[in-house]
Amino acid sequence: MKKIQEEATRYAFGEAFQELFKRNKRVVGVSGDLFMLFGLTEFARENRERCFNVGVAEQNLIGVSAGLATTGKIPFAMTIAAFASLKAVDPIKMCVAYAETNVKIVVSHGGIFVGKNGASHQDITDFAVFRAMPNMTIITPSDGVLTRKAVPAIADYEGPVYFRLGRPPVPTIHNENTNFTIGKAITLRNGSDVSIMAAGIMVHQAIKASEILKEEGIEARVIEFHTIKPIDKEAIIQAADETGAIVTAEDHNVNAGLGAAVAEILVENCPIPMKRIGVLDVFSESGPDEDLRKKYKMAAEDIVEAVKNVLARKSG
Amino acid sequence: MKRLEEKTLRELEDKAKCLRRHKIRMVTEAQSGHPSTGLSCADIVCALYFYIMNVRPEDPDWEDRDRFILSKGHSCGILYAALAEKGFFPVEELLTYRKINSRLQGHPCKARTPGVEMSSGSLGEGLSVGVGIALGARLDKKNYRIYVLMSDGEQNEGHVWEAAMSAAHYRLSNITAFIDRNRQQVDGYCEDIMNSEPLAEKWRAFGWRVVEIDGHNIREIIEATETASRIKERPTVIIAHTLLGKGISYMENEAEYYAKSTPEQVAQALEELR
Repeated sequence: MKKIQEEATRYAFGEAFQELFKRNKRVVGVSGDLFMLFGLTEFARENRERCFNVGVAEQNLIGVSAGLATTGKIPFAMTIAAFASLKAVDPIKMCVAYAETNVKIVVSHGGIFVGKNGASHQDITDFAVFRAMPNMTIITPSDGVLTRKAVPAIADYEGPVYFRLGRPPVPTIHNENTNFTIGKAITLRNGSDVSIMAAGIMVHQAIKASEILKEEGIEARVIEFHTIKPIDKEAIIQAADETGAIVTAEDHNVNAGLGAAVAEILVENCPIPMKRIGVLDVFSESGPDEDLRKKYKMAAEDIVEAVKNVLARKSG
Repeated sequence: MKRLEEKTLRELEDKAKCLRRHKIRMVTEAQSGHPSTGLSCADIVCALYFYIMNVRPEDPDWEDRDRFILSKGHSCGILYAALAEKGFFPVEELLTYRKINSRLQGHPCKARTPGVEMSSGSLGEGLSVGVGIALGARLDKKNYRIYVLMSDGEQNEGHVWEAAMSAAHYRLSNITAFIDRNRQQVDGYCEDIMNSEPLAEKWRAFGWRVVEIDGHNIREIIEATETASRIKERPTVIIAHTLLGKGISYMENEAEYYAKSTPEQVAQALEELR
């Protein structure tokens, strides 16, 4: 298989979905006029029997998917993060989470790096929404390889899933040997001075940060939390015990997301210095990714600064 | 069309009274619930469960069953009464309605109650779910039918119209929708709160076939439903003209009786429903 250097997780999903669709006849695709975002326009047209467009109607997208799930299908409901987690959230609560239907909500454009589209198309609230909603599993892979491994796992899993993907291309960091298990964090780099726990696109900034820190004699452990919920409690406690300081990094509001999930575990089990990197509870704006990273403090350098902050607070 | 015998019609009318009695007893026991709104759709629910629909109480997941979705979830007392009388669970269990640990929740809960197809209570969602079921049925080449019961106040919800548009777009003639047109909603008369007239024309404009009936005439309910099941190109909506609180003199058309009745009133109600 040709090694891909860089790809968008949303396109990796589109390809993985096509393979899954051919293998598993229970799988159906449903979209709110956004098959295109996943590279599935032609595929959906050629497979109309099992791919349904509901047009720009996100509540209907979810209701229809829930109905399909009750007939034994495995619906993958596709839109962008903001429209699923905010516009359609009551049908998700009532017809998916509370009704316990096997709907897989797949979204692109998670976070603020949405290609200059601005705040309407960004979502810094989705982890918060679904962390506080029972029966929801939240998964956000960092690269195309992990995305491709996650898709069949999500199809095999019985229950609602919120699968959050990104718009821009990202470097490939995983390979065929990576083990993807829902709920199990992946240690990407070992180190004992501090743990950087990251998700999605911020995993790449975490890796860059660890390289900067290494030059300064600081060995950072980098752990990818592809599953925001259920959070890998054991991985958090182990990292806290073994490194004594944590920085979290996510493309989401700094409130109520991955950082909060980690902090909740730490406070109840092993309180240690911790700092959260994320969007500082402001709406972001249009701009190229590099400019957004600098202005909204979502760059490797911001992670480095946070690491120094927690190290200074570490005792012993 | 199978001829509806007079004897069968009398039996269905008795069954509808029985469902109404259950509803009154349940709401009284729970000291909570919406008695009037269940009474306005009791005849529709009765006709569906005791004449029209093909279901297996001993096998609620039977894949060829007809599906009923109570989109107006606040009327679930009457649904539970029908499910109990049909045999999905014991009639005695009806008095656990709204009590702690009950399988009979204040609004329909798919996960807990045998026979309930989808959770509801948050108005506007049931038809949308019905569209999904109808697409699944067609994909599987199944002949079961999907019935969705909405309220007229519920027509305020935009989600209803998203679903209506998609049902017509996909030509889902395996769906039959009902609107319980009792003309009232929580804050008052529908025409004062948020006018939805001309309702029939709206549904026709959305590509549906529309019929209007007396929602308390079981023969009309059955005939309208059976005719709808023979139409191939479009789904049908049956606008059923009804009275809130139908069947109990002091409740009929009185929005105030969304709330609780006194013990004397309950006794009177049960007497009138004998």
